[in-house]
Amino acid sequence: MMDTQLVMYDEDYRRILAVINRLVRDANAKALFVVEKNGQLIAEAGEVSGIDTTSLASLTAGSIAATGGLAKIIGEEDFPVHFHQGVRDNLHVTLVAKRVILVVVFDDRSSLGLVRLRVKKAGNELAKILEEMLKKSETDCAMGGAGSPFNEITDDDIDNLFSD
Amino acid sequence: MSFINYSSREINCKIVYYGPGLCGKTTNLQFIYSKTNPDLKGKMISLATETERTLFFDFLPLALGQIRGFKTRFHLYTVPGQVFYDASRKLILKGVDGVVFVADSQIERMEANLESMDNLKINLLEQGYQLEKVPFVIQYNKRDLPSAAPLEEMRRQINLLGVPDFEACATIGKGVFETLKATARGVLSELKRLSH
Repeated sequence: MMDTQLVMYDEDYRRILAVINRLVRDANAKALFVVEKNGQLIAEAGEVSGIDTTSLASLTAGSIAATGGLAKIIGEEDFPVHFHQGVRDNLHVTLVAKRVILVVVFDDRSSLGLVRLRVKKAGNELAKILEEMLKKSETDCAMGGAGSPFNEITDDDIDNLFSD
Repeated sequence: MSFINYSSREINCKIVYYGPGLCGKTTNLQFIYSKTNPDLKGKMISLATETERTLFFDFLPLALGQIRGFKTRFHLYTVPGQVFYDASRKLILKGVDGVVFVADSQIERMEANLESMDNLKINLLEQGYQLEKVPFVIQYNKRDLPSAAPLEEMRRQINLLGVPDFEACATIGKGVFETLKATARGVLSELKRLSH
């Protein structure tokens, strides 16, 4: 089944940012990323400087896709929670509403238990925001893409992008 | 599936390079990477085996410029071409906006091209896409090799849908950007069509 095109407006972004900024503090996390399941970065919070966020998003999506495939092989629908332990930093990865991935980077200032607990609550809030975003995207689509920037784009605009 | 971000004013799309093993998918991305202004590209990731065969995927994020104030960003992926990595290929096709099929022009690889093309159709269908409806471009790679099949023969066997096609020699970059541009143009035109 194909996914709906995801459209994020400024107000959606602000709501997501509010949730993840709070989660960074509550979970004592270093950094946090919200990634669309197909590998697009949606939002980030915390100490993100020096991190290649585009690559992180793509690899996270690849990893979730691969483990999702593994899950199906053994008869599970998905593995929605992943934990990767490093020497200094750890990754806690959660699939939210089957559509976005919440990645938490944390070190020994926090603990797996705390991260897990805080992610659960924030995950529910994110799922709600996402559900509304998707509903809006679907409505826009049904209305002939009223919310799409492509409404205003002409063939000439596209041609101009490729004129050398 | 494209992601439109009004907050950062970005349109993000995904293009997948498909084709049989050793046809030059990774070489296409490597050439694009080597010739693109550092400001317009991200890091290229290759998840490959020790013998440099693609294990899971290659990934290259690329910015193509602005349309009406929106930055257009394309995420280029390759699939592993070897037949037994089919499970990985299916995963990489998820959310695809456009497909490039890289065919190997060597006459002895014709069978592998056709098998890969069938595999592409089947795997797209599993994701809910019909090849006929996806922005699709074909590249006939390795045109410089002595055993390359005649272009008309390649077209007759591979380009049954009559989609835009290009001759290429990816190692020296011939035809690489032409293929990418045609695909990106197809993706944007399709998004525009869907919005009307």
